[in-house]
Amino acid sequence: MLPACVRSICKKSIPANKALGLIARNGSGHTVGETQFETQPFKLHKLDEGPSTHVTLTRDEALNMYTQMHTIRRMETSAGNLYKEKIVRGFCHLYSGQEAVAVGIKHALRPHDAVITAYRAHGWTHIMGVPPFEVLSELTGRRTGCARGKGGSMHMYCKNFYGGNGIVGAQVPLGVGIALAAQYKGTDGVCVTLYGDGAANQGQVFEVYNMAKLWDVPCIFVCENNGYGMGTSSVRSSASTDYYTRGDYVPGIWVDGMDVLAVRQAARLAVNYCASGKGPIVIEVQTYRYSGHSMSDPGTSYRTREEVQEVRQTRDPITSFKEKIISHNLVTADEIKEIDAKIRTEVDEATKKAKAEKEIGIDELPADIYANNLEGDIRGVSIFQPLKHKRIGPAVNV
Amino acid sequence: MASSRLRTQFFSDVIFNRGIFLSEVQLRRYSSHFVYTADSEKTTSNGTKSKMNMFQAINNALDIILKSDSKAIIFGEDVGFGGVFRCTLDLQKRYGKHRVFNTPLCEQGIIGFGIGAAVAGSTAIAEIQFADYIFPAFDQLVNEAAKYRYRSGNLFDCGKLTIRTPCGAVGHGGLYHSQSPEAYFAHTPGLKVVVPRGPIKAKGLLLGCIRDPDPCLILEPKVLYRAAVEQVPEADFQLPLGKADILIEGTDITLIGWGTQVHVLKEVATVLKDSYKVTAEVIDLVTILPWDVTTICKSVCKTGRVLVAHEAPMTSGFGAEIAATIQENCFLNLHAPVARVTGADTPFPCIFEPFYLPTKWRCLEEALKLLDY
Ligand SMILES: Cc1ncc(C[n+]2csc(CCOP(=O)(O)OP(=O)(O)O)c2C)c(N)n1
Ligand SMILES: [Mg+2]
Repeated sequence: MLPACVRSICKKSIPANKALGLIARNGSGHTVGETQFETQPFKLHKLDEGPSTHVTLTRDEALNMYTQMHTIRRMETSAGNLYKEKIVRGFCHLYSGQEAVAVGIKHALRPHDAVITAYRAHGWTHIMGVPPFEVLSELTGRRTGCARGKGGSMHMYCKNFYGGNGIVGAQVPLGVGIALAAQYKGTDGVCVTLYGDGAANQGQVFEVYNMAKLWDVPCIFVCENNGYGMGTSSVRSSASTDYYTRGDYVPGIWVDGMDVLAVRQAARLAVNYCASGKGPIVIEVQTYRYSGHSMSDPGTSYRTREEVQEVRQTRDPITSFKEKIISHNLVTADEIKEIDAKIRTEVDEATKKAKAEKEIGIDELPADIYANNLEGDIRGVSIFQPLKHKRIGPAVNV
Repeated sequence: MASSRLRTQFFSDVIFNRGIFLSEVQLRRYSSHFVYTADSEKTTSNGTKSKMNMFQAINNALDIILKSDSKAIIFGEDVGFGGVFRCTLDLQKRYGKHRVFNTPLCEQGIIGFGIGAAVAGSTAIAEIQFADYIFPAFDQLVNEAAKYRYRSGNLFDCGKLTIRTPCGAVGHGGLYHSQSPEAYFAHTPGLKVVVPRGPIKAKGLLLGCIRDPDPCLILEPKVLYRAAVEQVPEADFQLPLGKADILIEGTDITLIGWGTQVHVLKEVATVLKDSYKVTAEVIDLVTILPWDVTTICKSVCKTGRVLVAHEAPMTSGFGAEIAATIQENCFLNLHAPVARVTGADTPFPCIFEPFYLPTKWRCLEEALKLLDY
């Protein structure tokens, strides 16, 4: 740790955006324990007070956030390659560009808070505790996957992470139910319920805005607005693109989803708000997806390459965060290099290992359909191998 | 005719073949479970034909409708750009955004909106991006579309509504891009449900559905969009709903399927003929609701043996309805119980698709059992 006087100097340092360019690289090798940043202002809906734009970040947090975001990015690159090698079944939706959302929110959560999201789930799965090897194994349908290869890209789970969900919008009511269970048990836990700008138009979202508000359920609705639902831009799908206001009587916050610190600020406020019994809240995170909707979409027929390039160059959540923390002496450029190399090795090894893994046996085709299957055999299964229903492994949710 | 020798021979074939099959499954994501064969039957039209795959044939049918029916509108998720499977390609360019338009992501809204448009006189053609996503609209289809005419004493109907949606296995679709939900809708008086087996059928049935005075659901096996290619008549033509097609005539056993499964059964018939000297009658049911009881029962009375195959799970799959009707109508003509070869009673699996599906080998094994019965 640095002497307090040094720290206080750093605390007064100019806001990140202004500091950028002044010290592009920290070559000195000196780092500080913590520093301050200003985020972009938030937009509020029916909230008297928003999150503070004044952020304190410690060196440990910075290292952690950077590592997490970069790991997701590498993992997604690897996932894309696996798909191109044709060893991914089901579909494959990448999270690249949206890393700051998962990482920022996660840093505001307590261990007993829950999360549920849609099919763009690799990043969240990792952040909630699943190592890259198990994510990539799931993706390639291996027995070492977090769902034994039975869920694939869109369906990954771990404790307090209620999964990816393939059906657009379907997870949103579930999230409200999960939050209600926390309320009922009196844990003060919240449920972060994520959905896209496209999913925001599903009727069931509005059904549960009402239910959540009616019963003051501690649900944080998070609309990940990445600008597109498949090939349809948000302006073409939504009569109002102010997703943070669309809960009407549910208060909302708009936040720049490319700034991990701003996301954390908004999420912290939301957690406090929900946990203190004030009911649900909506956060709209403005973000961007670099890849096509799924691997079968090149992602360029409904937007220009220039648009994607422009976001990559000017708003990338990882690059901008990296520059911020280096220029503020929280970490050194060399440390970043080291982290990058470590992550690369880790993800590459995980990929190799996942590829070499086996699939579960055919005996698991009819496994875990029921907790208590009342017939021995499962009908209609291949006559070559009449298979019995069975149960595998313990549940993690209860 | 059959003898138990048939099955012994079969098992050695299968074990050999499956050996290859298994290693293939592990290596590749795409392992097509069928070989597509084009229709050999003469189609209704003698005019010029051109080579089209199934999505092109559908696109062609939609183009004809937009041209000939000024009240026709097409809507659904991303249809303005051609849709996920390119069926509506260029239609918005040709006919404008007021007639071919993207909807938000809201299946219940899409179908409810379609019912409203249809009941007020539009020729409403809705696309649900995948049949797996039709369930948010289940209520609208079952409770509104199907019952509008009946409950109004024929004062109002939404017969001008047609819903297109891709269904079925593709080799790697996993849980939510593979399902075949025809039986859910077959349980709904007031709806009509059809499944094409290739481009010509798709075009003729789609035009038939759109012009049919009742709400129709057309389930398009997505694996055929590109894989199925035929010489399709360019002109406007319609194929009748409610009529099954006898694709191969035979006297020893009747094989019934629809959509992709028809191609599997055609392969089975070929193997039966070549290796076992058995002639199978292959029937494409074409329409699930209302289905062609006469054609099926006539065939079964002739052959005395029948196998129904579908990708959807066994229990309460549409095969169950067919089996029940056959035993009622053909009881004394049956030489063996009605057999069903179907998807398993499991969710559609992510990694065991080849084991889940009613493949050629499973159908063949069951057919031989019937012949040996
Ligand atoms: C009920 C349902 N309808 C349609 C789909 C097909 N689909 C999958 S993702 C998607 C777009 C969703 O966009 P958005 O909610 O913005 O999420 P994003 O992909 O941008 O993360 C669509 C139409 C689906 N999976 N489920
Ligand atoms: Mg989106």
